[in-house]
Amino acid sequence: MPIVRFRLNGVETDVDADPDSSLLSILRGPLQMTGPHFGCGANECGACNVIVGDHAVAACDTPLWSVADKDITTIEGLGSPQAPHPLQRAFIAGQALQCGYCVSGILMSAAALLKRNPAPTPEDVKAALDRNLCRCGSHNRMVRAVLSAAAELAAQ
Amino acid sequence: MTTPSPTAPSLPVSLAANPVLSSWVRFSPEGHVMISPGKVEIGQGIVTALAQIAADELDVEIGRVITIRASTAGSPNEGVTSGSLSVQQSGRAVRHACAEIRQIFLTAAADRLGVGIDALEIKDGIFSGPGNVQTSYWELAEDVSLDRDATPGATPKSSTQRALAGTSVQRVDIPDKVFARARFIHDQALPAMLHGRVLRPEISAAKLASLKEDGARGVAGLVAIVRNGNFAGVVSETEDGAVAALGALRKGTTWTSGESLPDEDQLASFLKAQPSEPTVIDRKTATSTAEKKRTIRRQYTRPYIAHASIAPSSAMAQWTGEDRVHVWTHSQGVYLLRADLALVLKLPVENITVEHMEGAGCYGHNAADDVALDAVLLAKAAAGRPVRVQWSRGDEMTHAPFGAAMAIEIEADLDAEGEIVDWRHSIWSNGHAARPGRAASPALLAGTELANPFPRTISTNPPQANGGGADRNSVPLYDFPAWQIESHRLLTMPIRTSALRTLGAQGNVFAIESFLDELAAERGEDPVSFRLRHLRDERAKDVIRAAAKRANWKPDKKSGIGYGFGFARYKNTGAYCAVVAEIEGAEDIRVQRLTIAVDVGEAINPDGVINQIEGGAIQATSWVLKERVRFDRQRITSNTWADYPILRFSEVPDVRVELIQRSDSDPLGAGEAAHGPVTAAIANAVFDALGVRIRNLPITRDSLIAAMELTS
Repeated sequence: MPIVRFRLNGVETDVDADPDSSLLSILRGPLQMTGPHFGCGANECGACNVIVGDHAVAACDTPLWSVADKDITTIEGLGSPQAPHPLQRAFIAGQALQCGYCVSGILMSAAALLKRNPAPTPEDVKAALDRNLCRCGSHNRMVRAVLSAAAELAAQ
Repeated sequence: MTTPSPTAPSLPVSLAANPVLSSWVRFSPEGHVMISPGKVEIGQGIVTALAQIAADELDVEIGRVITIRASTAGSPNEGVTSGSLSVQQSGRAVRHACAEIRQIFLTAAADRLGVGIDALEIKDGIFSGPGNVQTSYWELAEDVSLDRDATPGATPKSSTQRALAGTSVQRVDIPDKVFARARFIHDQALPAMLHGRVLRPEISAAKLASLKEDGARGVAGLVAIVRNGNFAGVVSETEDGAVAALGALRKGTTWTSGESLPDEDQLASFLKAQPSEPTVIDRKTATSTAEKKRTIRRQYTRPYIAHASIAPSSAMAQWTGEDRVHVWTHSQGVYLLRADLALVLKLPVENITVEHMEGAGCYGHNAADDVALDAVLLAKAAAGRPVRVQWSRGDEMTHAPFGAAMAIEIEADLDAEGEIVDWRHSIWSNGHAARPGRAASPALLAGTELANPFPRTISTNPPQANGGGADRNSVPLYDFPAWQIESHRLLTMPIRTSALRTLGAQGNVFAIESFLDELAAERGEDPVSFRLRHLRDERAKDVIRAAAKRANWKPDKKSGIGYGFGFARYKNTGAYCAVVAEIEGAEDIRVQRLTIAVDVGEAINPDGVINQIEGGAIQATSWVLKERVRFDRQRITSNTWADYPILRFSEVPDVRVELIQRSDSDPLGAGEAAHGPVTAAIANAVFDALGVRIRNLPITRDSLIAAMELTS
């Protein structure tokens, strides 16, 4: 099979798999990156969102071939406990989740938003997260956390 | 002189059932406190609340407390994590056990150090006394056996002595979830693990007519195709391989015609026409005879509602011998699941170990238990290797149990002044509980599919003493002079139902609070005063007054905007919650704001309580405005998020929560307090804005048009 090469969280990565495989199954399977979560497999819930280039996309609905030579960021590449992304810090400070299954996808949608719009309004945040589903009802806390991360980034 | 004898002290219920102290708390030589509750984390924050309680009672830093995941291998059996009872049951047990353990260790420390107990001070687990003598829990633990039963006499600290309970400690599980450290069962990989998928029919209750295996056999990685009666599934080396093999297997499958489903547009007539078991839930006889002048009757319905967890249910199983199996599950009750697995497998319970691992929020009895049996059955074909099984989104939305549809009729007899003199409340609904481990026959889906099948469990209702099921919150908290409450439990169950958050409370509170609103409006009386006038419970009145005050009740009338009120005390014994809803719109209703006051007694973690109330309020808004399981006469058709939409970020109301902290009252759960009051408050706000009473949920453009046609 042809090898598909991309940069995953800054690391050159070669994958030898069916190019029609979903990016999600490659990430969670051979690459053992379980941050992006399977929720529906149909690009309807956002639990598997990752950033490709500058945009948040549903990894379940992204074929492997389409990410050749692209930059991919997953939640694992967003930040770490030692060097957290402001969004991660803000989600902890604001206790902005309940079960947390949707949160890795939501953080990626929010990170993509802050890349293209560093000073979003609450409406901008809601629009950017509108394709992400949260069943526990933590939406308002998440919106507040994104806004406070934006404020922190602006102050830097 | 005799003093009145105080009530004999008794153990908290979970501790009475599991009295051995070491089953709850242990100390490690490295300086950790291991607490081992029988309740499980389902996103409600119980792990953190229990750590706060334990750290307070034992005088240790909260960072030393490690919570052991529930397992039948040794955890106390606390039944099921449901009914907003995690803090109420586990919390009280842990507090009591820790209070007694602290006392036991104080005595041991005093002995070892040769000082009096009163001279000892405990700080972060270190006991110190005069002359710089010191020891610690971890040092003493070797010599102090906790393999002894708890006794009723131990006295936990008073609210003023607690440092952590009552403060908003950050949840201990959140960093893992934000940094994507694998906590969820979905993210676990056991050594040599295989993947399984199960074949389920789209047609309701259809059976396998024929199965052609050739296609699936050709898929790379296939390990086994399993078939037992109508149960069929695949096991593969990879997850992709399992999905592909299942797809191939499905192509080669033919099904029987199945069983017919009700008409989704005639729910009330369907529910009322079924054979049912009637029960009088409560009856109150009038002490005075006020004269009845007229009777008003109203009927309310709520549809079937899906749990619709964001994660499809998943489980892992591994056979460790001919007749021994280990199961990893996000079930709400590890012992109950084990009991049903034992029934299906015809094995003694000792041969089965069921261990909890976190899943996504479940909101009640979803497919968590079903998928565990699926995994056990598929793992039989895996030659001792572990198998992880995950349901598809479609199966999660169609084969997991739903919250039961309800038809509720309320009749009120009114006197000449429009005062209520008698009240009759009747419910028609399937039972609201079919959890595993409760009956002689298993309640797990695959059990009904085997070659020697178990009968399908017809849902029942928990007794009123446990809060009831369909009848939950049907007995008014108001002081009406007389009432009769009746519940008709359906004896047929074409659509599978079991516990969904609040059980029948959401429907009953919607009905009662809508009807009250209507009666108050008829009298020209303010709905808040009307409620206050009919309540004797001061805590109930306090939350109502607090919500009204916070929302500036009642704001001036503005065109297109409506305000509505709703109140309930969950189960009539749990948390108090009052809600003011502000809505906007004519054709499509938008909930702008929910102003909520809540009293959960002692709030162990106030921000955790507020988080639960906010989440409950938003989920209830989603149920009210969007949610309804869809079906035709053959199949459940709402099998995707597109067909079963839930509230999105752009539609979520602003939610303001005022917490009335009562540090000296017993802690009560918060997870289910808001759903009923929010539902009613939204419906009442719709009437305020548009002048139409919506009595059939959900409140959609269609139901508004239907209600307007009825009114005109």
